Amino acid sequence: MRVLYFAWVREQIGMSEESVDPPEAVCTVADLAEWLKDRTPGHATALRDLTRLRAAVDQQFVPLDSTLGNAKEVAIFPPVTGG
Amino acid sequence: MIRVSVDPAPIDLASELAGVDELGAGAVATFTGIVRGDDGVTCLELEHYPGMTEAALCDLAEQAAARWSLLSAVVIHRVGPMTPGDRVVFIATAATHRRAALDACAYLIDRLKTNAPFWKREHRGLVTAWVEARAGDHQAAARWADQSAPD
Repeated sequence: MRVLYFAWVREQIGMSEESVDPPEAVCTVADLAEWLKDRTPGHATALRDLTRLRAAVDQQFVPLDSTLGNAKEVAIFPPVTGG
Repeated sequence: MIRVSVDPAPIDLASELAGVDELGAGAVATFTGIVRGDDGVTCLELEHYPGMTEAALCDLAEQAAARWSLLSAVVIHRVGPMTPGDRVVFIATAATHRRAALDACAYLIDRLKTNAPFWKREHRGLVTAWVEARAGDHQAAARWADQSAPD
């Protein structure tokens, strides 16, 4: 699965995307964020507080408790601020 | 006609509007968002999610077109670095009557702020800060869910 990061999540993690293969126990977007925390100190910092994060699965906004299913692309980012 | 664009190039109002008011509509409403230089902002940077952004804007424009029977909906968002005075977003809606054009235009800017993957970063000289989402933006977007479409 491809994971994309934007804005300060991207900066703190130090990369804009990576390819990961989470274990079966990782069911939801929140599970994925928890699992990703162990990768680097940057991941741990960026993903520390899930209430500050939003997500998209296959380019659709979803709540963090939604299941990943067969997602090909998951994006994790701060609340959007366009316009 | 539905047209969306996400581009680092400056927004040219005359060319963006040209196709909209040539469709025989009775009313055209527009909204232009401009970078403010208050609090010492020297540069505003817009990051986005390529692919998803365009799809999200198309989706919003199609919803507005269906809800208000628009003849045209145009949503243009600039990305990358900008300076105060630059246009960051432009929306134009064309309809048979003014109320539909005005309401659809307000709907599009309200919903764009919460339903499209953009992130703003302000520069004040060498200091940069990501802009925090505002609760008021969510209230503005939510009010459209409580109203039924006009007759």
